[in-house]
Amino acid sequence: MEIPRHWRLKQQRYGLVGEVCPHCQVKVFPPRDVCPNCGGEARTPYTFSGRGEVYSYTTIYEAPAGFEDKAPYTVALVKLEEGPLVTAQLTDLGDKPVEIGMPVEMVTRRLRQDGDDRSILIYGYKFRPVMN
Amino acid sequence: MTENKTLLKPSRPVGIVGYGAYVPRYRLPAKEVARMWTGGRAAGLPIKEKAVPGLDEDVITMSIEAARNAMKRAEIDPAEIRAVWIGSESHPYAVKPSSTIVAEAIGAAPHVQAADMEFACKAGTEAMVMAMGLVGSSMARYALAIGMDTAQGKPGDALEYTAAAGGAAFIIGPAEESLAVINASYSFVTDTPDFWRREHQIYPEHGQRFTGDPAYFRHITEAGKTLMEAAGTSAKDYAWAIFHQPNTKFPQKAAQMLGFSPEQIAPGLLSPVIGNTYAGAAIIGLTATLDIARPGDRILVVSFGSGAGSDAFDIVVTDKLLERRDKALKTQDYIARRTEIDYAAYARYRGKIRMK
Amino acid sequence: MTEVVIAGIGQTRVGEFWDLSLRSLGVRAIRAAIKDSGGLQPQALYAGNMLAANLSRQAHVGTLLADFSGLAGIEAEALEAAGASGAAALRQGYLAVASGLVDVALVVGVEKYTDLIGPGVEAALATTTDSDFEAIHGLTPAAQAALLMRRYQHEFGLPADGLAGFVLTAHANGAGNPNAMYRKAITLEAYQKAEMVSDPLNLFDLAPNADGAAALILTRRDRLPRDFPHPVVQVAASASVSDTLGLHNRPEPLWFAAAQASVEQALKKAGLSREQIDLFEYYDAYSIYAALSLEAAGFAARGQGWKLAAEGESGLQGKIPCATMGGLKARGNPGGATGVYQAVEATLQLRGQAGANQIPDARCALIQALGGPASTAVTHVLKRAD
Repeated sequence: MEIPRHWRLKQQRYGLVGEVCPHCQVKVFPPRDVCPNCGGEARTPYTFSGRGEVYSYTTIYEAPAGFEDKAPYTVALVKLEEGPLVTAQLTDLGDKPVEIGMPVEMVTRRLRQDGDDRSILIYGYKFRPVMN
Repeated sequence: MTENKTLLKPSRPVGIVGYGAYVPRYRLPAKEVARMWTGGRAAGLPIKEKAVPGLDEDVITMSIEAARNAMKRAEIDPAEIRAVWIGSESHPYAVKPSSTIVAEAIGAAPHVQAADMEFACKAGTEAMVMAMGLVGSSMARYALAIGMDTAQGKPGDALEYTAAAGGAAFIIGPAEESLAVINASYSFVTDTPDFWRREHQIYPEHGQRFTGDPAYFRHITEAGKTLMEAAGTSAKDYAWAIFHQPNTKFPQKAAQMLGFSPEQIAPGLLSPVIGNTYAGAAIIGLTATLDIARPGDRILVVSFGSGAGSDAFDIVVTDKLLERRDKALKTQDYIARRTEIDYAAYARYRGKIRMK
Repeated sequence: MTEVVIAGIGQTRVGEFWDLSLRSLGVRAIRAAIKDSGGLQPQALYAGNMLAANLSRQAHVGTLLADFSGLAGIEAEALEAAGASGAAALRQGYLAVASGLVDVALVVGVEKYTDLIGPGVEAALATTTDSDFEAIHGLTPAAQAALLMRRYQHEFGLPADGLAGFVLTAHANGAGNPNAMYRKAITLEAYQKAEMVSDPLNLFDLAPNADGAAALILTRRDRLPRDFPHPVVQVAASASVSDTLGLHNRPEPLWFAAAQASVEQALKKAGLSREQIDLFEYYDAYSIYAALSLEAAGFAARGQGWKLAAEGESGLQGKIPCATMGGLKARGNPGGATGVYQAVEATLQLRGQAGANQIPDARCALIQALGGPASTAVTHVLKRAD
C-alpha cells in the first residue's frame, strides 16, 4: 500500500500543477522547488494549460507489473506549450496514427491501481489528440 | 404561475451558469450484441449503438472532463464552488467519494461540500435539485451537479444493448449570471421496484415489461404534467423537451403522451447513438439542446430513475448562452468522435474477461 | 597521486543461471579475481548492485558478499547508481586505493535477474526512473530508450535499420567471448525481422538482462606480488557525472551531457586525447545508447554516431573498436555488474589476453557505464603501464 506518495502528488497529477520561478519566470514541471534555469527558489504554483505536442512516443508491448492489463499502451514525451517536457501516456488514439509534432491536450485518467482490486485507484494526467 | 406547494422553487432565482458534457470515444453497435447472443437477429434493436468507456476511464475521470467543460463556460473561480455532487450508479468506489477527487481536480477543494448520490438514472437530476437548493437559499453562490455513469448490463440481457457511458455537469448559480434560468423543479417519487442492484452484485436486475407503464411512463408523465400545470404551460410553450432516454422508443412515446412533437425532442434524443447513459441520460440531452438553443427558448427536462421517480425542470435560455457556449466542446463533438469496437474489445474494456 | 593498478580480474559467464544465487555468483567472481591477483587479500569490498532488494529481496549486498567469500571482518558496502552501479563501485575502489587509506580493494559487481520471473522484473527496472513522474506512467527503461530512438530517427533521418550496425558488431564480437551470453553472429535480416518490444525498439535493439558477476582487485603498484604474472594495467582516470534523473527534464534529450562531461574529465585526468584511445567499451544497453555515447564521447558528430557502426568503424578492425567482447548486447547486461565486466574485458584487451577478439597492441581503453539515459555516467580510462 503506497497511499501517501500518491496522495501528496494529487494536485500535480490531477491538474498538471507545476511551478513558475518568481525570479526568471521559467515554468517548471514536475515541480522541484529549485528553478532549473536560474537556481533560485521556485515554489509558486502554476497550472499548466495542458496543451502541447508530441516530442516522441513509443508503444509498450511488455508492460511492467501494475500495467499488464493496459498493454499495449503508448507513452510519450509531450512538449508543453509553456516549455517543459512531460512523460505521460497518450490515450483515446482511435485509428489515428501518432506522429511527432501532433497537438495533444491533457485529460485526467486512471493511471493504475495501487495494488490488487481492493486497493486505491491512482488518477493522473494523460494526453489525447486535440479535439476541436 | 399558480401557487403549487409541491413545486421545488428556490427563494432566490437560480440557473445554469455553466454546463459540460462527456461521452467516451468507443461505440458498441447493438447488432454486435445481437451477433453474440441472438444469432444476429437484428429486428427491433433498441438503439443503433452505445458509448463505451476506455480502459482508463470511469465515472470520476468522465466527471472531471464534463466539469472542466462546465467551468470553461461558467468562467468562474473554482474556489467559489461550495458543493460538488455526483449522481451515478457506477461510482468506482463503493465507499470513498468520487466527488472529492473531482473537486480536487477542478480546484474546488477544500472549502466545499462533496457527496455522491445514487438514485438509478435520476441521481444526476437529484444533484441538480440539491444544487438549486443550496444556491437558491443563498447558502452558496455556485454548486456543481454532475450525472455520470459507466452503466453495465448483464451479458446477453436486454439492458446490454443500451447500458452506456456518458453524462453531464452543471454549475448552478444565481439566475442573473445564468445561461439558462431554472424556474422551478418538481419531483414525483414512489416505491416502485422496476430495476435494482443488490449490494455486491455486478449487474442489475429489472422487471422487464414492468419497467414500462407503472414505472417509466407513470413517473415521467406525472412529473411533466404537474410541473406544466403549476407553471401554467403546455407542450407548445416549450421550444425543446428532454425525457429520460433508456432507449429510442420510451422518450418518443413519453413526448407524445405529454403532447410534444418529434421535432421538440430531436436535439436531446441521443440514446440511439450513445445508448442509455443512466444518471447522465436526461441531462446530456439537455446539454445537447443548450448547444443549439436560442435565447428565450423554454426547455422541459424530465428525468426518470428506477425505484422510482422523476425530476422535472422548467428552464428558460438567456442571452448569455450565445456568449459562452462556444467556450467548450459541445455534446455533438463527443458524439462525432467515434471508434467502433467489437464485442471482444467491449468485453475487455468493461472488465468482462476473467483475469484471475 | 598514487598509481592504482588492476591486480586481479574475475568473471562468471553471463546468462540465466537458475541454480546459482546472488551470493554464489558474487563469490565465484571474487574468488577468481583474488586468484588472478596472486592471492592479494582485500581490506575493503565495494559491491555494485542495482536491484537485489527488488529481485532477490536482498539488501545489504556488500556484507553478504564479504561474508560468503570468507572475508567477514573487512569493510564492505554496496553502491547503487542504476546501470552504472558496477562502475560506481570501481570508482569507489579507485578512490580508496588512490587516497592511500586502503591498500587492496575488492570491487565486485553482481546482478541476479532470474530470481524474479514475470512483469515484476520490468517494474523493478522502472524503479531506476523517476518513480513519481516516469514509472507511474508505465514508462520502463526500454521505453525510454525507444523514445530517444524515435526522436533520433526523426531528427537525423536514418533508415529504420540504421542502428543495426551496433547490434551486428556486438554479436560478431560476442562470438569470440567465452563468457558471453550470445556467442553467435546475427544477420541484418534477423535484425530487420525482430519483434518490437517498444517500437521502434526491437528485440535486438536491447541488451538481454541476465545474471552475472565480475570482480577486480585494485591495489597500488608497489603492492603487486613480485612474481605478478600479467602485464600491469593501470586505472589512469575515473570520472562520474550526474544529469537530471528524468529524461523529460533535459533541455536536449538526445544529448548525453553527463556522458560527454565524464569522458572529457577522464581524458583530461589521464592526459590522453581521443586519438590515443584504442577501444571504447560503451554502454550499449540499447543500440541508440551506443550511438549517443559515441557522439557524447566525441568519436562522432551529433547525429552521426550511427554511421560509425553502419560503416564498420566500431568493429574490431575499425577506427574505434567498441563492445570488443560483445558489449552489453551480446555478452549480456547483468545490471549492476556491467561496469565491472567492462573493466575486466578492457583489462583482458590491455593485457593481450582477449583471445580471438584481441585488439593488436591495445594500450588505452575508455570504458563507460550509464545509469538510466546517462542520468549517471561513470567513465574510466584503463592503460597498460609498462
